Amino acid sequence: MKRGQMRELIAFWCVRMAIVIIVAALGIIIWFLGKNGLSILSWEFLTEPPREGMTEGGIFPPLVGTLYLILGTIICALPLGVLAAIYLTEYTRQGKVIRVIRLGINNLAGVPSVVFGLFGLAFFVIYLGFGVSILSGSLTLTFMILPTIIRASEEALLAVPQTFREASLALGATRWQTIYKVVLPQAFPGILTGSILGIGRAAGETAPIIFTAATFYTPHLPRSIFDPVMALPFHLYVLATEGTHLEKTLPIQYGTAIVLLGLVLGINLAAIVWRARLRRKKRW
Amino acid sequence: MVKKDLKIIVEDLNFFYGDLKALDGVNIQIPERKVTALIGPSGCGKSTFLRVLNRMNDLIPETRLEGKVLIDGYDIYADNIDVVELRKKIGMVFQKSNPFPKSIFDNVAYGPRVHGIKDRVRLAEIVEENLKRAALWDEVKDDLKRSAMELSGGQQQRLCIARALATEPEILLMDEPASALDPISTAKIEELIRELKERYTIVIVTHNMQQAARVSDYTAFFYLGKLIEFNRTEEIFTRPRKKQTEDYITGRFG
Repeated sequence: MKRGQMRELIAFWCVRMAIVIIVAALGIIIWFLGKNGLSILSWEFLTEPPREGMTEGGIFPPLVGTLYLILGTIICALPLGVLAAIYLTEYTRQGKVIRVIRLGINNLAGVPSVVFGLFGLAFFVIYLGFGVSILSGSLTLTFMILPTIIRASEEALLAVPQTFREASLALGATRWQTIYKVVLPQAFPGILTGSILGIGRAAGETAPIIFTAATFYTPHLPRSIFDPVMALPFHLYVLATEGTHLEKTLPIQYGTAIVLLGLVLGINLAAIVWRARLRRKKRW
Repeated sequence: MVKKDLKIIVEDLNFFYGDLKALDGVNIQIPERKVTALIGPSGCGKSTFLRVLNRMNDLIPETRLEGKVLIDGYDIYADNIDVVELRKKIGMVFQKSNPFPKSIFDNVAYGPRVHGIKDRVRLAEIVEENLKRAALWDEVKDDLKRSAMELSGGQQQRLCIARALATEPEILLMDEPASALDPISTAKIEELIRELKERYTIVIVTHNMQQAARVSDYTAFFYLGKLIEFNRTEEIFTRPRKKQTEDYITGRFG
């Protein structure tokens, strides 16, 4: 065998192994969770509160709490992120100031999530007096995923051909009309996917909500955005580290992990399906 | 030429992209309801000049303009000019057809809608009228809800013309409107241009000198950012006064 062929063979195997390892890791996680937790999954598990010091019963309150947090984060982060991206791509002349702002946003993406949690505690919970609540948690998560949403939206906006903007402006449309009638509809699928990937991340994070939104246990569901909530990631963390009956709650832990994973994957899947539908519709 | 027949008057126009002088001392008087062709080799400034007329160059950062551009006697670069109103008065058709990824109807109705017409019946009338003016009506009347993207290249370009006409402009700027089209579609567009000049002042950039000769009443020859010669089209093509013009139209360079 020639040297070149040998090298190609080795390179090809390295590439192939990388994929095998990644797929295997994902497969093992899912198999492991399924093996240990599937048996506990039932309608009751999803719709009943925990009982007997959280060693029995279901995960209804944390599930609802996480859904509220996701909803709150979407409501805050999506408009803010999209508007910021519009400002950065459509309304300003590219220059030094914009470069500094972009740098700032990108650095925000690198901040560890626990730092966001502490910031949320200091700013929303204490300084603004929102308390440990859905509001504080959603706002903290919003700040955490804003860079993701802004970057995804910027890319989607920049991908809209300049000729569409020119055509619209040449017809005597204002810049804002051009943006919301021509540019945004085109960019929407991209904005949506990027944003939902960010929201999926927010759903699974523990650190930002520990100090700002999550509570160890509440028997009732939140009654307003100023109430604290139980949340799936925090519930899992509590069961796995702080309970007195770690062994006893093991199936509940795995069940919770499956539901959390299912939720995040479901959100991502929904984004992909929705985008595919919008793309098809574009050529209706 | 009598002064009142002049639609566009440009005086001592200089235009810069950063430090690059793209237009150099251009003086031209473009008559109303005639077709004026802008010819010249690539990079001579003819497209830049066209985009000066509806302030499309405003979108490009670090551009600068000196001199006067008067349309109907008003300086369109004066501080009190509303660029949105100006562009409403001046339709533009681009080199590459660029219909919006919307239905045929929504494309033509786009301009009227952004200018505040909401009445469905009125919009339908406008759409029909302008698709007829752009000689596209018979081909698309059965299904106006179809996506504009499904039309052929030539149909798309005529749709863009209909879209530009729907805002009731007085001037139509065309930037090589037929350069990406096959000969049959090109012939249709040229025939359309000859019909449209009854109502509109048309300024057309073209690479194709036969096309300039076929469709235009006046021709301006640009070279290296300067307006070399401007005259009636038959004069330019039969008795050019400048050596550079003659060299260009006889194909000796460019």
